[in-house]
Amino acid sequence: MPKYLLSVYGPAERNQFGDYPSKEAMLQAFEDTGAFNDKLVADGYFVFADGLEQATTATVVDGQGDEPVFTDGPYLEAKEHIGGFWVIEAPDLDVALKLAAEGSKACRGKVEVRPFHTEDSIKAMLEA
Amino acid sequence: MTDAVEEAITRAHREEWARVVAAVARRFGDLDTAEDAAAEAFATAVERWPRDGVPPNPGAWLTTTATRKAIDRLRRESRRDEKHQEAQVLFDDEPAAPTGAIDDDRLRLIFTCCHPALAPDARIALTLRMVGGLTVPEIARAFLVQEATMGQRITRAKAKIKAAHVPYRVPEAADLPARLGGVLAVLFLVFNEGYLATGPDSDPVREDLTAEAIRLTRLVRELVDDDGVGRGEVTGLLALMLLTEARRPARLSATGELVTLDEQVRSAWDRDLVDEGHRLVRERVVAVAAGGPPPGRYQLLAAINAVHTAAPDVRDTDWSQIVALYDRLARIDPSPVVALNRAVAVAEVDGPDVALAIVEKLPLDGYHAWHATRAELLRRLGRRGEAREAYDRAIELAGNTAEAAYLTRRRGQLGVTEGG
Repeated sequence: MPKYLLSVYGPAERNQFGDYPSKEAMLQAFEDTGAFNDKLVADGYFVFADGLEQATTATVVDGQGDEPVFTDGPYLEAKEHIGGFWVIEAPDLDVALKLAAEGSKACRGKVEVRPFHTEDSIKAMLEA
Repeated sequence: MTDAVEEAITRAHREEWARVVAAVARRFGDLDTAEDAAAEAFATAVERWPRDGVPPNPGAWLTTTATRKAIDRLRRESRRDEKHQEAQVLFDDEPAAPTGAIDDDRLRLIFTCCHPALAPDARIALTLRMVGGLTVPEIARAFLVQEATMGQRITRAKAKIKAAHVPYRVPEAADLPARLGGVLAVLFLVFNEGYLATGPDSDPVREDLTAEAIRLTRLVRELVDDDGVGRGEVTGLLALMLLTEARRPARLSATGELVTLDEQVRSAWDRDLVDEGHRLVRERVVAVAAGGPPPGRYQLLAAINAVHTAAPDVRDTDWSQIVALYDRLARIDPSPVVALNRAVAVAEVDGPDVALAIVEKLPLDGYHAWHATRAELLRRLGRRGEAREAYDRAIELAGNTAEAAYLTRRRGQLGVTEGG
């Protein structure tokens, strides 16, 4: 079955309540997201999901040279970065979009849906 | 090639293209394969029909030929079984085709091409190519973009459909109204681009596009007919297009200038299209009166157009009914553009001063029709200086050559006949 990456974006630097306006809002979003995750598991869509520390904690590594080069901060310079994600398995894009809409509502953020390579698409790439 | 054979091929292309693409796409699960196989099948028809005669069932002949071409192609790629299997996994997640599956296939094709995950431009291009059978150069010309750009747009859309696993099926009943709304929006955009073509080098009216939009809307209406869901709005959109298209012969003057509704020679309207449009509007009025769902945007717009086309002379127009219909439209679509069109009718019922007060409040400074409407109302109120400025702005913003010519004449009349 096709797999999709559902990424949630948020500000590069978060306030004291994560990306949320208040502690109550944060707790409610956590609770709703937890319930959504449980549903994904129960319905057989769940592969993996988690939230990330804020983007300023990232380190970029370039290991292509003789010595690896480390750079502080995220790979892209942007105001918004990926803040968390799901990996789901779904039969087609319509199902993935529907789940993404539910996830978006639960976590209070926009969700980007992106398909993973499949065995077939890799094969097609190799034969091209 | 004899005329009869040539005509048979043209007709088959018009009537069968979508069916052939849809059937091959359904079987092989790949729009690229389907498009190429359909094109090859038609090329084979051009080669064979003059020699062998037109087959008794051209659609079946073309589908069979296209299917063979697709199999040949996959065999050439020497991985037919894999590909075939992949196709089934990708798209065909439904059990055996129900009866009427051929028509279903075309509907699947339309819903796939108008999928909300595709950009609006891509939906239009893909629909015209896959369902309408227009060539990439034809579509590129219609939308004034480079052939290479249009080709890329279509290729990218097909690649996304494949990579993201956009399903090849008619949406579930719960999603159908919204998804059908998306399909109708694509068809309406195609029609409007034909009816009021943009660009300095473009013909003011692109008949190819209006005709194609009407043809595809008829097709969608036939396909959703039995279903019942969404029938009202498809019918409304078809009526709206027919009543608009009916006025086309009267819409441009000999010098290529736009002729507005009030100045059109109504005997030049296409009577058959008017009659058909009126029949469809009546069908909806009866259905709604019998307890059907309330009319949506396209049905109300069709009804407004029907009030116009029912008047033998502009002076016979039932303006209060038009205002009442716009009131209903404004309730489901409270956009400033609807309010602007409503104000034009208000001017006829309550006077230009009342209408101008409404128009002035609308945030439409970048829209040529807002300035043109203001200009006309200011003219009627005798405020010539302000009217002239409004015409200037409208001409500056008008994208359609015939419309700009009309506005320029109106501005000119302001100076000559009224001494501005």
